[in-house]
Amino acid sequence: MDALLLQFFSLDVAITYFPKMLRGLWVTIQLAFFIVISGLSLGLGLSLLRALKNRLLNFAIIFFADLMRCLPPLTLMFIFFFAFPLIGIPLSGKVAAWLALSLVLAAFSEEIFWTAILSVDKGQWDAARATGLSFSYTIFDVILPQALRISIPPLTNRTIAITKGVALASAVAVPEMLGEAIAATSYSSNSTPLIMAAVGYLAIFFPLTLISQRIESRIRWSL
Amino acid sequence: MDALLQSFFNIDVLAEYWPLILHGLGQTILLSVIVVPLGLLGGIVMAILTTQKNNRYRQLAVFLVNFFRAFPPLVLLILIYSGLPHLGVRLTPLSSVIIAFFLNTSAYYGEVVRAGFLSVPVGQTDAARATGLTYLQTIFYIRLPQAVRNVMPDLLSNTLEVVKLTSIAAVVTYTELTQAARVAQGLSFNATPIIAAALLYFIILWPLVRIISRQERRELY
Repeated sequence: MDALLLQFFSLDVAITYFPKMLRGLWVTIQLAFFIVISGLSLGLGLSLLRALKNRLLNFAIIFFADLMRCLPPLTLMFIFFFAFPLIGIPLSGKVAAWLALSLVLAAFSEEIFWTAILSVDKGQWDAARATGLSFSYTIFDVILPQALRISIPPLTNRTIAITKGVALASAVAVPEMLGEAIAATSYSSNSTPLIMAAVGYLAIFFPLTLISQRIESRIRWSL
Repeated sequence: MDALLQSFFNIDVLAEYWPLILHGLGQTILLSVIVVPLGLLGGIVMAILTTQKNNRYRQLAVFLVNFFRAFPPLVLLILIYSGLPHLGVRLTPLSSVIIAFFLNTSAYYGEVVRAGFLSVPVGQTDAARATGLTYLQTIFYIRLPQAVRNVMPDLLSNTLEVVKLTSIAAVVTYTELTQAARVAQGLSFNATPIIAAALLYFIILWPLVRIISRQERRELY
């Protein structure tokens, strides 16, 4: 029993690989941060462009959103990491992972933002325009504040789900927490680093999951 | 432009590796057909437990659902595939994938079905029980059908995520579509197989994405 325990909870192994795991954690947090920022801004930007009702533009946006919602993030990462170098665009693992997850998050958040914009009562548009507000004032000062409120619960859920995909970056040689753990596990033939990675990921995402649940129930009651 | 065509849309490469890619597609479909029903079943059990009156089982179920929703599925899969052998339990890639997916998707489906149960008025349960239906009959004939109908868009969009997620089986060398494409790309030094795999995902999943969009929009009105 002791030997088994040591395979998963060895203090020695934990101490040896702690610095590496910490560095991995930092990479994970950085990647997650940049993915959330760029994914959500691109998604919001696209949903605003869609409000312009330009036919050609909307077609392109819908195609982008549908495509990115169909492709598994890992497959997308492989395209950026393994395929792009073949046409003379070499991308590092980090950039490939960031790009793939940002685009997927952008597609899903664009749909959420757009659905929220649509759900704002049409009378709000008419009233704002009738009082003489320009299109951009109407969108930014009247429609968006209401739409954003509606979009928060599905958006937090989706953002957390996609950001968890940072672990996929280990498959394109990014030394984030899981990548470090896999390497350390094979060096030490001991599973402790994997447990450390699991604990690290849970430490980030467990609180976020609980918070998103709370936000969801609070907003549902206040609507 | 020519280089792009040569590396991304090379007919010769595609023809040579088509059998491998098609095999991968078959495995992706097989995986989905195994893990989606299992996850749904687990999710229904979790939803029944988490909507009970407060007791120890409910608390445990709520914890498990939150725990596995926070656990990145790839970390879970690697832990099962590379960690368990140190316990003397050596699982094949397929069984590791099935176990990891069962834990992950049961939690996600559990949340969706739970929301469905909560959307069914309590009067339905009371009426069913009053007419003499047993507890289980009430669940399966009265509450579950209504719950499922109420959260159909979420169920479908979760299923889309599960099918896409089968791609992580590639990391434990299971030859599903993504891994098949990756292997073919490595053998041919050409990106066509990966592009073909992406197109195949798009072709099989696009109808589902359209249906989900339409249903979500319909919910608004």
